[in-house]
Amino acid sequence: MGGLTRYIVQRLALTVPMVFILVSVVFLVLRLMPGDPVLAMLGGRNVSPELIAQKRHEMGLDKPLHIQYTEYIGGLLHGDLGRSTRTGKPVAEELISRLPATLELAVWGMIFAALFGLPTGILAAVRADKPSDHVIRVLHIGSFALPIFWVGLMFQVIFAVKLGWLPVASRLSGRFAFTFQRVTGFYLLDALILGDKEVLVDVIKHIILPGVTLGLAQMGFLGRVTRAAMLEVLDTEYVTTARSKGLVERIVILRHALRNALIPIITVFGLQFAMLMGGAVLTETVFSWPGIAGFLIQSLYYRDWWALQGTIAFIGVFVATVNLVVDLFYSVIDPRVRY
Amino acid sequence: MKRGLTGWLVKVSGLQRLRGQTLLKIGLVIVLSFLAMAILCGPRGAEEYGRISGIPPYNPAKSYSDLLRLSPPTAQNWMGTDHLQRDVFSRVLAGGWAPLVVAFASIALAMSVGSLVGWISGYIGGWPDRGLSLAMDAIYSFPSMILAIALVAVMGSGLVPMIASIAFVYVPTYFRITRAEVLRVREYTFVEAARATGASGTRILVRHVAPNTVNAIMAVSSFNVADAILTEAALAFLGYGLPPPTPDWGFDIQNGQRYLQSGYWWLITFPGLAILSLSLGFGLVGEGISDLVNPKRRRKHLA
Repeated sequence: MGGLTRYIVQRLALTVPMVFILVSVVFLVLRLMPGDPVLAMLGGRNVSPELIAQKRHEMGLDKPLHIQYTEYIGGLLHGDLGRSTRTGKPVAEELISRLPATLELAVWGMIFAALFGLPTGILAAVRADKPSDHVIRVLHIGSFALPIFWVGLMFQVIFAVKLGWLPVASRLSGRFAFTFQRVTGFYLLDALILGDKEVLVDVIKHIILPGVTLGLAQMGFLGRVTRAAMLEVLDTEYVTTARSKGLVERIVILRHALRNALIPIITVFGLQFAMLMGGAVLTETVFSWPGIAGFLIQSLYYRDWWALQGTIAFIGVFVATVNLVVDLFYSVIDPRVRY
Repeated sequence: MKRGLTGWLVKVSGLQRLRGQTLLKIGLVIVLSFLAMAILCGPRGAEEYGRISGIPPYNPAKSYSDLLRLSPPTAQNWMGTDHLQRDVFSRVLAGGWAPLVVAFASIALAMSVGSLVGWISGYIGGWPDRGLSLAMDAIYSFPSMILAIALVAVMGSGLVPMIASIAFVYVPTYFRITRAEVLRVREYTFVEAARATGASGTRILVRHVAPNTVNAIMAVSSFNVADAILTEAALAFLGYGLPPPTPDWGFDIQNGQRYLQSGYWWLITFPGLAILSLSLGFGLVGEGISDLVNPKRRRKHLA
């Protein structure tokens, strides 16, 4: 078995039990906490005990805890996350239909984070310990302190309500709702497939505010990682060589230094995917973005336990997979890393 | 160096270490101002706020029939009024109490539980340690904001559920720090020597493990309080905070959201700025402490 294959197996051997523990903890917490999902579903008032008993039976809640647990885990292994009591559809189906929206938002969040974070991080490293470095440092710390839902609301007030430049919320204007065809679920791609310029502009306009909101909160982290990675690379001998060859400083920094610094930057940023998902929950809520996080919040309000435990298991698997991929990506793009 | 009483006070209190620590000083000023504000303007008995008469200028939980509804900022109401004819400025002044209490209590709880379990786990070792570490890693790698929201939704809204859910999310952080330190220290010859002389586990913990972990924990906990303030605000924004008339920045922003399409910006702007400033204050303090305890970082401040 090669080094890399062994490493993948080792990582999987750790990831699988971690997800399993997470799912079990969520299952137990939901069962042991007060708050009856059946009463919540039926509205709570003037419900006959027979109806409650019948619903309990339908939902499998009348079985002992360990049977429920084995059935739930068994279902999970087959990709069956149960049925949402709110929408009546299978949870897995709901999640998969919402995944593209969340991914699209996450990708744009990362793009905007890179647009803000990379240049400021590089500048801070190049001007280390000069006043501009200190200003950028405070900016980066400030990014950590942003209440993300508030940033979204402020953008809505300024750019949508007061200036009227961009739409307040959602992914697409109502007037395109009938002509628009969902092919991939990624609206930007769908708009390109549709080939309608007006729709494309509309889709882009809708992504700017949520994308920038999510990106601003990630900017500080990316910027600091960039600064640290650049400082390390700028200290190496090959950069000195490039400089002494008489290369323009801009080329030394962007072509020689940044290219190597990007390896740790991408890795660390990728491993921070969990933080991005946390920010996405609030961004989706504020912008009525029809993604997974929005689904989670709705499930909470309606005490839809099946949807809730399914969504958390799904996010757990998703984050673990992203971390695994990023980890492997690191070993592939950096030939020095050997496992 | 200052002379006289001030100079002596600076020397005695160890404040001279603050020289040149601009970030730490700014952070401390922000944090202490908010603490003072919360103490002076916080709740005093049922629906009564403030310890000095006239501060806050209005009762933040009370509707005033002589105030305009949804008025923009004026000379009388510096931050305008809300939909229930309450003074927004007074609500911002009194609204810092809940986030501060929740953030401090939850991080203190997470720190005690996490450090204790981390110490025991690292000390015992073997399969209990491996199992616990795996469980902690599972919680740690999951998006903390989502976990906190889900937990509080299950437990119900209010002060205690908020503290419990935020604490739960941060336990792995302190578990990892303490456990790593225990494992590191265990290898040292002087600890082995201490054990050989018959020193008890507690003694080794207090004398050798604790001093090394305190620095790391101090910087991390300040960042975590900054984070916990944002989490509390988010929970309150989603409606899992304190029950309505109580002023709480996050919940006030949710109220303001309803009037967003009308362009009533003051309802969300001021509470949001308060959250941002308070969280920034703790972030700066954490940054300053990291610089202080790790002088190598001071020059390069690596992330």
